[in-house]
Amino acid sequence: MASFNLADSTVRELNQHLHGSVAGKVSVDNPGGKHSVAVGATDAHDVEINGNVGYYCAGMNAEASIVVNGHAGPGLAENMMSGRVRVTGSASQYCAATAHGGLVVIEGDASSRCGISMKGVDIVVKGNVGHMSAFMAQTGRLVVCGDAGDALGDSIYEAQLYIRGNVESLGADCEEKEMRAEHKEALRGLLESAGISEFSVDEFKRYGSARKLYNFNIDNASSY
Amino acid sequence: MCGIVGLYAKSDLIRDTLGQHVGAMLTQMGERGPDSAGAAFYSESAANSKVTVQHDESAHIDSIAALVGQTIPDAVLRRRGTHLVIESPGTQSDMESWVREKFPDLRVMSAGEKIEIYKEKGHPSEFVSNYALSEITGSHALAHTRMATESAITTSHSHPFSTGLDLCLVHNGSLSNHNRLRVKLADAGIRFETDNDSEVAAGYLTWRLSKGDSLRQALAAAIRDLDGFYTFAIGTRDGFAVLRDPVACKPAVLAETNDWVAMSSEYRAIAQLPGAEKARVWEPAPAKIYTWEGNQSGEVAA
Repeated sequence: MASFNLADSTVRELNQHLHGSVAGKVSVDNPGGKHSVAVGATDAHDVEINGNVGYYCAGMNAEASIVVNGHAGPGLAENMMSGRVRVTGSASQYCAATAHGGLVVIEGDASSRCGISMKGVDIVVKGNVGHMSAFMAQTGRLVVCGDAGDALGDSIYEAQLYIRGNVESLGADCEEKEMRAEHKEALRGLLESAGISEFSVDEFKRYGSARKLYNFNIDNASSY
Repeated sequence: MCGIVGLYAKSDLIRDTLGQHVGAMLTQMGERGPDSAGAAFYSESAANSKVTVQHDESAHIDSIAALVGQTIPDAVLRRRGTHLVIESPGTQSDMESWVREKFPDLRVMSAGEKIEIYKEKGHPSEFVSNYALSEITGSHALAHTRMATESAITTSHSHPFSTGLDLCLVHNGSLSNHNRLRVKLADAGIRFETDNDSEVAAGYLTWRLSKGDSLRQALAAAIRDLDGFYTFAIGTRDGFAVLRDPVACKPAVLAETNDWVAMSSEYRAIAQLPGAEKARVWEPAPAKIYTWEGNQSGEVAA
């Protein structure tokens, strides 16, 4: 197992290890809120970070499984391609922004703009998400076991949103949709992958695009 | 960008080492604001009032100190960098007026019972060492590192900005309606030294408070009247308050242990504090006012 103590070694040393060495277990101590911890992994490393991280942790991740035993700052798993990211605490703004694939699990809350412009990633948040979450979300799935803040799914495309709690307000062109058997099945699979067993899929509502704002139509001008 | 740090001591251990911790936090925020730095420290006064003044020429500050010493024999005078703290038996507002009248070429950084504001252009790490922050003790402090985006880099353009007796403001963000608001506030008698947007936010709070608003009322009104992006931290005689705009693009993180309450733009500043790894850490919600005063904490929707 490779170990990095970020009180002594640099973030670059850690990240270079993740860019080419044979995949294996990697342990990271004393992250101290540093930026760009475990960014750009290209192989199926199994990374465990003990402590709170700053901006852009696990960005551009491909294949690796990254666990943060603590909180994550803004931009967690930004543009992730594949693999898994789990945060045992909460994540700050725009978590999993523009992410193409893989699974992001937040055991606490995710703040504003969670899943903004998501492009295929699956996100499961055990707590709440802040305002403007899933803004312009293109594809992928966002599961929120708690509440969602203002303007959920504003200008959403084809991403699917499953929310268990209260939605403060829906953004433009986002609407509640029927929860059919195939959706319950999909949600069951997502919760299982995330290791969350305390909630029933029957407690969730599904939201998605009303598909009215895809193309500009003068009759919809007031909705933009 | 810009970086903010705030620290409120809940134990004697932190009170006795306040400046050392604030210095370590501020240094971490140097990358967010390499152009200038400043800090407001709150500690008991040896007398009734404290006025902090500044002049770019050190020799001039020396001569002012000598003059003040002759005029007010009871005054306790302390030099730090280009700043002079005058502690005296007079009332706080009388002392401030007296200094402004007698020494119009000095910048009055702050006035009150407990507050001392120091600020200087240059990298925050230089500020921390040149101003020997590690020597300073006190109950709480706010500090700022500035990356100038909309107005000049000078000492006057640096944060914190005084907003009245024992009050100050630091800001990360940018305001878009500050020019019109500055004209309006100047007509109402608020004094501005610079064309800086954050100084307008400070002036706005000064104006609201002078009209009888509580700090909470003034901040709630600020959400309505200030257009732009902001995380504000406001220092008060007994603590500090934090407010983010409703869109909340500018970062902020809060943390608390049995020994301290801390606020910063980023966790890596808080990570410098003893026991940070065990602290309760959370992100303040948009448009919500968070306060700590005399071991009383509160959160209210603005």
